[in-house]
Amino acid sequence: MQLARVIGTVVATVKNDSLQNRKLLVVQSLNKDLEPQGKPLVAVDAAGAGVGELVFWCRGKEASFPFKREDTPTDCTIIGIVDSDSHVCCG
Amino acid sequence: MIIAKIIGTVVASQKDERLEGKKLLIVRPINLDGSETSGYVVAVDTVGAGFHERVLVVAGSSARLAQNMKDVPVDAAVVGVIDTVDIMAPEK
Repeated sequence: MQLARVIGTVVATVKNDSLQNRKLLVVQSLNKDLEPQGKPLVAVDAAGAGVGELVFWCRGKEASFPFKREDTPTDCTIIGIVDSDSHVCCG
Repeated sequence: MIIAKIIGTVVASQKDERLEGKKLLIVRPINLDGSETSGYVVAVDTVGAGFHERVLVVAGSSARLAQNMKDVPVDAAVVGVIDTVDIMAPEK
């Protein structure tokens, strides 16, 4: 799982039926100092996140587990919202 | 998932039988500003996407989870045609 900032939204009317009614968000991964790291990705939202929020997301096949796991084609899913930036502590 | 642009098609007569009837597309990942990156991926089309369209591509074993793709040997699938991408303005 990785920390990321939600930086935008994606609208796709024509999509695979198994993605109908799923919210798509653009996430920018962050390092431990909450600075952008790597390229932005498109994630399916499983946590009710919004633009600007700090979230954590899951990659790979496990990304489909919050949904019907054999039917949802996603390799990047937002699975939690961090309460605030100050709740991220690195010792 | 990544955002990509369709830059071509692939025709393969001899292929795994589970790929029969599936359209193969060459897609190139693009940045949020629309600029193209280097490299490309061959992806199976599941939505009827066309040339030069911006699409969503799912990679890895999740590509098999798309409808009509069960047990098909693929690791990249086009699962959506993008209408718009809205990015918030950077802070400060």
